[in-house]
Amino acid sequence: MLKIKDLQIGFSTPTGITPALKGVSLEIGRGETLAIVGESGSGKSVTALAITRLLPTPPAVYQAGSITFEGQDLLTASDAELRKVRGGKIAYIFQEPSTSLNPVYSIRSQMAEMIQHHRPDVTDIDAEIIRWLDAVGIVDPATRLHDYPHQLSGGMQQRVMIAMALSARPDLLIADEPTTALDVTIQKQILDKLRELQRDLNMAVMLITHNFAIIRGLARNVAVMYRGEIVEYGESEQVLSNPQHPYTKALIACIPRLGDQRHRLPTIESNP
Amino acid sequence: MISFIIRRLALSVVLLFIISIISFFIVTLTPGSPYPWGELNPKISAEVKANFRKKFHLDRPLHEQYALIMRDLFTGNLRSIKDDRPVMSRILERLPATVALNLTSIVISLSFGTLLGVTAARYSGHWQDALGSFIAFLFIALPGFWITYMMVVALVKGFGVPILGTHSYGIEFPNSLGSGLDTLWHLLLPATILALGGIASQSRYLRATMIESLREDYIRTARSKGLAEEVILYKHALRNSIRPIIAGIGMVLPALIGGAVVIETIFAYPGMGRLGYEAVLERDYPTLVALNFVVAALVLLGNLISDLLSAAVDPRVRLE
Amino acid sequence: MRRFRSNPVAIASVVVILIFAFTAGGTFLLSITGHQWPCNPNLTNLEQKLLPPCPQHWLGTDNLGRDVLSRMLHGASISLTVGLIAVAVSLGIGMVVGAVAGYFGGIIDQILMRAVDALLCFPTFFLILTVVALLGPSLLNIVIVIGLVSWTGTARLVRSEFLTLRETEYVKGARVLGQNAWHIITRHILPNAAAPILVTAVLGIPDAILSEAGLSFLGFGVQPPQATWGNIIADGKTYLLDAWWLNLFPGLAILIASLSFYLAGDALREAAESRS
Repeated sequence: MLKIKDLQIGFSTPTGITPALKGVSLEIGRGETLAIVGESGSGKSVTALAITRLLPTPPAVYQAGSITFEGQDLLTASDAELRKVRGGKIAYIFQEPSTSLNPVYSIRSQMAEMIQHHRPDVTDIDAEIIRWLDAVGIVDPATRLHDYPHQLSGGMQQRVMIAMALSARPDLLIADEPTTALDVTIQKQILDKLRELQRDLNMAVMLITHNFAIIRGLARNVAVMYRGEIVEYGESEQVLSNPQHPYTKALIACIPRLGDQRHRLPTIESNP
Repeated sequence: MISFIIRRLALSVVLLFIISIISFFIVTLTPGSPYPWGELNPKISAEVKANFRKKFHLDRPLHEQYALIMRDLFTGNLRSIKDDRPVMSRILERLPATVALNLTSIVISLSFGTLLGVTAARYSGHWQDALGSFIAFLFIALPGFWITYMMVVALVKGFGVPILGTHSYGIEFPNSLGSGLDTLWHLLLPATILALGGIASQSRYLRATMIESLREDYIRTARSKGLAEEVILYKHALRNSIRPIIAGIGMVLPALIGGAVVIETIFAYPGMGRLGYEAVLERDYPTLVALNFVVAALVLLGNLISDLLSAAVDPRVRLE
Repeated sequence: MRRFRSNPVAIASVVVILIFAFTAGGTFLLSITGHQWPCNPNLTNLEQKLLPPCPQHWLGTDNLGRDVLSRMLHGASISLTVGLIAVAVSLGIGMVVGAVAGYFGGIIDQILMRAVDALLCFPTFFLILTVVALLGPSLLNIVIVIGLVSWTGTARLVRSEFLTLRETEYVKGARVLGQNAWHIITRHILPNAAAPILVTAVLGIPDAILSEAGLSFLGFGVQPPQATWGNIIADGKTYLLDAWWLNLFPGLAILIASLSFYLAGDALREAAESRS
């Protein structure tokens, strides 16, 4: 369904073009989940944003490669075509839910916007919104409709973002570090919810994270990124139990385990 | 909300008090003869002068003068030196025209200022932005009276279009729509010229706030929803950026009313600016004191309204 | 500095300002020594009145036959003088008020800031007009009054510099603050505030020029026969429809002079902001 081939992206700076992605290739099939794991600066967010050309193009420069979604070349698509794909076919949720929602509009208003834009056939928008808020696990959604983002907790904000993203019934959900900014206790709830929704909607998910520990049970495939390249790519079970690349091994070794006797957790020295 | 309004009103009263003192002192302490006729005019007897001084309290010490003038002001007894009519009625006669002019001017400056500011932010760094800045500064640097005259020459001489006053002289309109439009037409040109400075400063400020807002995460979310660029700019970014501009409208009022002096004189528009100018020419102290007071009160009211409006626009500051 | 220099608009405005300054200064010097160029601005010649631009009078003549170009050159020196001195006055007042408010804080600060708020409620031009009309229009009165109503911006700037500084100095010890007040002011506050104050100054010059022009136009500026750009327009307004040059050239001059100061000031502000 989604196919990225040899994507190369750089960022233009006063001193030249710094490479960010050095030839990234990956695929996601319908209903599959792919996790992209790496440190900050490894290029995972850049990859995610590049798919629907959400990277601001100065300073980003698309140097080479192709991105195909359901047969359509996204890198050469017109603005109008791209806008149909964004949200309607490929939806996003971001790391910081508190700043990713517009503070001056109510929840209802922002969600209605999404539904009206991509699903004009829906007649009772409020009912639809309530349905989705309920589906992501928000208690008493009808009372929350006219709340503003700052009136919600972090976990609830992220649930709203998920609801909003899914309400257009996309084929692919790209989740960029969706739980990194949340409390640990909430993280599990959100991830479980994501897994449940993905199953129910048969939706593909691209999960971006720096935390190897969360992909187990969630993502069938995993791509490990380091300094703009994919260094290991395969089924999660395989990679986790039998990592090939030294970087992958080091990442896995960093995962704290219950019953761990080591006093100092291993770290990775690197300069991405 | 209510407590906010009450606090503001209390603050305004204090400010008005300070303002009334300042304007009183300015008017009475500047040297020069208080008499509308010349100081040395031989035709006026000493007795008439004494009566004049008595009537306008000029024979009392300063703080008493102040108190008396304030009392007269609030009881409506303050009388003009020029024609002995109550000052407040003269001011109130001109108030609707002034309010109409200023409101129209604010509407014009907000609309064009917003358009210019959003466009400059959208094309930030490109030639449209530089052009927008240039236009903004051009507007500020333009002497109002000069451009007015150039337009008068062009319109009146070139096209034979009447633009002075509030109604076209000598033309009768068959219905109220016609005369209403005529009034609007006469209002438009002076209001636009008055608005130029506002367009410039508002567009510059809005450009800065918009550029900041456009960097925020929620704009990226809006883009990822597949919304059109115009929607992102005018719906999502604008509402986050416009609050300081709306809050600042109150402070534009003094500049508007001051600038109106020249404009109203040229256009023969019967507003408070011209009233003030005439009062200055005639050394009509009571009118001047009252006028300053009314203008300051209007400004403070304007500030309050614009603060309330800005809270309506941006729900984050609702409960200050 | 580099940012300023690489901005073509800024360079152009500085060039215009320099031309303006040299013209004004040159005319002034010439007039002191008794020379006039191209001819005496006050020489009336009724036979030559209201001539459009022509070889002998590049910008035409006014209703008394006076050469408009000469009058405009003199107007340039008046405008520049007004701009510079009025800004100097407003800077002086503003810096003192801001320093006192920031240094002492507390009640004094509150009172001064309320006074600033009150002043801002006044329609400035109207205030200037009132005072000048009552005091009598002379160059001195005009610059002082303009300065008296425009100091608020500088005051706020200086005050906020003081306030931020007081926070850091308190860490070192309040006694130090008390002992070396003057030292602190000159060593720390002025250098930090210098750039924004300079920007305020440059942006204040065209405001003063425009105010003076407006005053002259209404008859309360520098009085004839002294020529200022504003009163050339004022004199010409009765003949507006026939002698358009009396309106066009002085207005254009005001526009170009003000515009260059605004553009230069804005470029200066951007350069200062990008540095900090």
